[in-house]
Amino acid sequence: MASLKDLRNRIASVKSTQKITKAMQMVAAAKLRRAQEAAEAARPYATRMDGVMANLASGMAGRAGAPALLAGTGRDQVHLVIVATADRGLCGGFNSSISRLAREHIYHLIRDGKTVKVVTVGRKGRDALKRLFGDKFVKSFEFSGVRQVGFTQAEDIANYVLSSFEAGEFDVATMFFSKFVNVVTQIPTAQQLIPASVPSTGAASGAELNGAVYDYEPDEAEILKDLLPRNLTVQIFKALLENVAGEFGAKMSAMDNATRNAGEMIKKLNITYNRSRQAMITKELIEIISGAEAL
Amino acid sequence: MADKLHFELVSPERLLLSEAVDMVTVPGKEGDFGVLAGHAPVMATLRPGVINVDDAGRPQQRIFVRGGFAEVTPKGLTILAENAIPLAELDGAMLDQEIANAQEDVTDAKSDERRQSAQEKLDHLKQLRQAI
Repeated sequence: MASLKDLRNRIASVKSTQKITKAMQMVAAAKLRRAQEAAEAARPYATRMDGVMANLASGMAGRAGAPALLAGTGRDQVHLVIVATADRGLCGGFNSSISRLAREHIYHLIRDGKTVKVVTVGRKGRDALKRLFGDKFVKSFEFSGVRQVGFTQAEDIANYVLSSFEAGEFDVATMFFSKFVNVVTQIPTAQQLIPASVPSTGAASGAELNGAVYDYEPDEAEILKDLLPRNLTVQIFKALLENVAGEFGAKMSAMDNATRNAGEMIKKLNITYNRSRQAMITKELIEIISGAEAL
Repeated sequence: MADKLHFELVSPERLLLSEAVDMVTVPGKEGDFGVLAGHAPVMATLRPGVINVDDAGRPQQRIFVRGGFAEVTPKGLTILAENAIPLAELDGAMLDQEIANAQEDVTDAKSDERRQSAQEKLDHLKQLRQAI
């Protein structure tokens, strides 16, 4: 049996662990609030962008002259898989659930005989997939030095994706990230970026115009050509923001659990400690008494 | 004029402006155009330039945008700007940086079409630099 001193040390160490997890939980909560605000603030742009896209793309999608970003290259051979995860761990199953989804997708593609190229965003996703698909990596992004993920980061990724698409390096691009539902729920999601999945023309945008027709300046095709790369950036940006919010949400609940577990452990250790202390005292008393009786 | 135009300026990071104003002058790719209340629906791309927001009884607001989209609906005008900075905060150094970036784009451009659009952007920026 562990000695009293061992137990005391054990309790002290669990206590300090608990302090750390508690602090991490609070930091995550504060960061989560900020991330949620950022996601909130980015929403108007994304919503409007969707509206404009829906208006334009629904008209263009069927036509022959539609840009490749919208219509695709006509092939389906080379797939680019963009896996966006967090840079840091200790956030429950957040990172692993994203990489698991991506892994299954990649296996599926390989089984179908497609060529797969992998781009990772965030350190954890890279680490998780490196062992299995290290030879398929084409690029890794990491933003651990950045305090808050902004539009510039999304632009970096989008520019890379666009330039390699133009160079004909892939046909289809899919992005994996986690959709933020609430603090305890994040759903790992796959979203196709190229060819762009066109948001269905909602009733809202139609009603807004009251049947009037837009004047386009320059013409529709020209605008669409300008709009599609921007839309790609916005989609990536949105995904990054959701990811950040999800990361902190997951971290918060993971750390909350850890704090609670540590509390339980301390309680149990304390009981053991007290019992064994009591046992020791009783034993000593018995020794003294029986010693006195023997006289 | 009684009617006011509802003007919204949105950047990817946040909603910058949302207010009722008299007139907005937008730097469209094919030339500046003014938008008043009741303007016909228009969708236009922007070149790097300055948005002027006029409202009676208030000083004119001037905002630099690096490009983006303007959408006029019966409800009002929405500008999706990639990067919007009030002109007062814009200084030469920032513009020089933009110009340097644009210059790089021109040199890096792979196709003629791209080079042309990058060149146009560069020219607009240079004009703007001189205007300040």
